[in-house]
Amino acid sequence: MDMKRDYYEDIQLLDSKVLWFWFWMLMASLAAFPFMAPNYYIYMANYMAIHVIVTLGLNILVGYTGQISLGHAGFFAIGAYITVLSMTALHLPFLLALIVGALVSALFGFILGLPALRLEGPYLAIATLGFGMAITQVIGRWEIFGGRMGLQAPQITFGPYAVDSDRKMYFLIVTIAVLLVLAGRNLMKTRVGRAFIAIRDSDIAAETMGVNLVYYKTLAFAVSAFYAGIAGGLYAFMLGFINPTTFNFILSIYFLAFVIVGGLGSILGSIMGGIVMTWLLLELDKVQELPYLGQALIAFSEKWMNVAGLPNIASIIFGLIIILLVVFEPLGLYGFWIRTKIYWKTWPF
Amino acid sequence: MLSQLIVSGLSFGSLYALVALAMVIIYKTSEVPNFGQGEMAMLSTFVAFTLLATHEYSFIVSFVGALLFAAALGVFLEFTFLRRAKDPNILSLILITLGFEMILYGLASWKWGADQRDFPFPVSDFDLINLGPAVMSYLNLATILITLVLMLMLFLFFRYTKVGIAMKATQQNAMAARINGIRTNRILSITWALSSMIGAVAGMLLAPIATLDPNLMLDPLLKGFASAVLGGMTSLVGAALGGYILGIIENLFGGYVSLEFKSIVAFGIIVLVLCFKPSGLFARHYVRKV
Repeated sequence: MDMKRDYYEDIQLLDSKVLWFWFWMLMASLAAFPFMAPNYYIYMANYMAIHVIVTLGLNILVGYTGQISLGHAGFFAIGAYITVLSMTALHLPFLLALIVGALVSALFGFILGLPALRLEGPYLAIATLGFGMAITQVIGRWEIFGGRMGLQAPQITFGPYAVDSDRKMYFLIVTIAVLLVLAGRNLMKTRVGRAFIAIRDSDIAAETMGVNLVYYKTLAFAVSAFYAGIAGGLYAFMLGFINPTTFNFILSIYFLAFVIVGGLGSILGSIMGGIVMTWLLLELDKVQELPYLGQALIAFSEKWMNVAGLPNIASIIFGLIIILLVVFEPLGLYGFWIRTKIYWKTWPF
Repeated sequence: MLSQLIVSGLSFGSLYALVALAMVIIYKTSEVPNFGQGEMAMLSTFVAFTLLATHEYSFIVSFVGALLFAAALGVFLEFTFLRRAKDPNILSLILITLGFEMILYGLASWKWGADQRDFPFPVSDFDLINLGPAVMSYLNLATILITLVLMLMLFLFFRYTKVGIAMKATQQNAMAARINGIRTNRILSITWALSSMIGAVAGMLLAPIATLDPNLMLDPLLKGFASAVLGGMTSLVGAALGGYILGIIENLFGGYVSLEFKSIVAFGIIVLVLCFKPSGLFARHYVRKV
């Protein structure tokens, strides 16, 4: 059933007709979605697509290559700022500016990848943490980047068409997200992807087998930063406004939380993680409006805590989710999905 | 100018040294950099603030109360979460401490919100003492003295008490310590309590200089890491010295090069040290087993 007979069968993007059918069904429903859903859900879908891109990029680094990064908000910020600046200052068209932003971000990823060659585990976590914080501070202090006030994103236009609503943004963002997810899936089936996985499993063994560590480790950082950069660029235009406080340390941990929740080392997991956690994030932002629970929380806050600080409950819940998943289900949603699938496949047994 | 920068660098440096010590103590036993360290200290500082300002206890009572809270918090986190990790690898341990960070940050923001508060401290930040070419506020002097006393106490603790020696044994080889009848799990909890208390002292000394809000310790956390990396993550003395060196370098950079970019010095130092001498300035070289 799942047997692969030769190499080319193994590296196909989707390996059965059934999968292709579901893939096109998914594409069709993604295309039909904005014509049926209310505006808020379209905004939510945009947010989700952007987070899927970052999560996938971070998963390539953390899940596939085994290098930890606590500084992805930094790459996200670089993507956002460079994209906006190359449109306002250099007057580049949007798509070109987006790619420029992502490439600059990838360059920084490459540079951060260099010390990573000598570091592992805790040390790498500390170095990337420092990188993320340094980026935010530099952006906050430098005049070109608008300082503390931030930058206004310009209007995107393609010839005569102006992308001026969430619905139009949706097509742009989701198209890019789908392309990047397919690219990510493809990448993992190539020589490069296998090298990443070999490095994760044991970098010394990989090096002995002829994997060029310098090249592939820095490449993993660059690819991951490229994804984060693209997502950052799109994010700037989705919000219409960016300032340095958006890209703080907590955001980097959120990204990592998306990866953990989705499942380390899995494309499908990255998609699930990005979608589920974004939904949770947006719902928890207005937790006081939830039926029953919201009332109870407000009452609790009035007695013990502070009602104005209630949205911060998102941070608590994310923290708990990370810890509980690490302890009980290290494979995240993807692991849960796989187990459910196997259970039903062999059901009566 | 130079001596003034060094003197004020020393006072910041002693705070970094405290945070770095707290981290290294945990790193040596649990083998994980504790990313929740800053928030643990921040929460303890808020407890001290609440005791002081809302319940109007005296400073000593609040200080001791906050330390007790910090110890309890450390034990609680270690016992309820960190110990539950089955088959822990480094990534999952780091993630668990990041989880602490987020939970504690969320709790503090929920309870105390984004308002900035002034932490009342019995020693003034405005009365200055003359030290020849430089001046120093009483608060800075108190910071430096308290830090030194604390370090001396730590030294005596690790040198002469039974618990301290057991802790060192656990750090060197947990299995052998266990065989020799040390309850390593209990020692681990005590380590977290100790580390959390040191962090809390740093938080309470920092709060009167900075403003007290949930972001209080985000920046010092990075500085603490930088100090620990600079001095060596496995050496207590190294981490303390690293803190002082970082404080001075950072102040000199701020004074002579650029005040705006003072805060990226820490990152620069982390990268430089990790590139050229990953084991740190004062620790023995570390060799990885294949």
